[in-house]
Amino acid sequence: MLGAIADWLGAACLVGGALLSLAAGIGVLRFPDVLARMHAGTKPQVLGVLLLLVGVALRLRTPADLGMVALVGVFQLATAPVAAQMIGRAAYRTGRVDPDLLDVDELAER
Amino acid sequence: MNRDRRAAGAQAVNPDPGARSRAGRWRDQLIAFGWLVLVWNLLWGEFSWGNLVGGLLVAAAVLVFFPLPPVTFVGRLRPWALLVFALHFAGELVTASAHVASIAVRPGYRPRDAIIGVRLRVRSDLNLALTAEVLSLVPGTLIIEVDREAGVLYVHVLDVRGPGDLAASRERVLAVERRIVRAIGSAAELRRVQTDTVEKGP
Repeated sequence: MLGAIADWLGAACLVGGALLSLAAGIGVLRFPDVLARMHAGTKPQVLGVLLLLVGVALRLRTPADLGMVALVGVFQLATAPVAAQMIGRAAYRTGRVDPDLLDVDELAER
Repeated sequence: MNRDRRAAGAQAVNPDPGARSRAGRWRDQLIAFGWLVLVWNLLWGEFSWGNLVGGLLVAAAVLVFFPLPPVTFVGRLRPWALLVFALHFAGELVTASAHVASIAVRPGYRPRDAIIGVRLRVRSDLNLALTAEVLSLVPGTLIIEVDREAGVLYVHVLDVRGPGDLAASRERVLAVERRIVRAIGSAAELRRVQTDTVEKGP
């Protein structure tokens, strides 16, 4: 009984994570410039990956796998912002940002 | 961010050197050591004597050969505020992810963006790094540049529809900082966050 509930919850999490990843993919394709694409690429991915991990953990339910899943989640959360910031900064400094798309740019005023 | 962290190490000398800071440094090393041993065992998938010994050796080697700059942690942990912070973070993660996903799939919609500079009230390296990290994890905001000296974060905001949205984004950044300081800040930092601005709501 409990196992069945966990299975269904896990399945729901997997589907939710997959949908968010799909939305991220569409966003990367459709957004106009690098920075907007970063939002799509790194962002639903955070929640999407977490949902996928929870789904996997609910299906597997063994201590060894749970530890690994927790590690994947922790490192995902710790490293994703660093990578996003490096790419964003590189894009800005090399002039890959379209000023027409920005309402305000306070970094340019510095 | 990497460069800033390294620079932080050179500058982050404790104001009161002596036995207390040395004890703090030892405590930090011990925590890092324990964490590394735990990670090693989790990676192998089981706790055994062999993995424990291997983890101790690897952790010692990592700490000796790749020393990190000391992080000055002067605050204290407040479990209740930490829980509030975690719940807020989870809620923002869900709503903001749904927002960005909906923009991505809406036909014919081109979002306008903005880059805003927000001056944080607590300028410690730890607070700067944590706030930047949390903002980057929540969709809709992306850190482009960090000015460590002035304590300013330059944030790229997705889907700006007017000055109201800009003000709201600024307020959101400061709210994240406030919750972080409430969770782990020192009493002095807490006072600065509470008194600097008059805000409504929790």
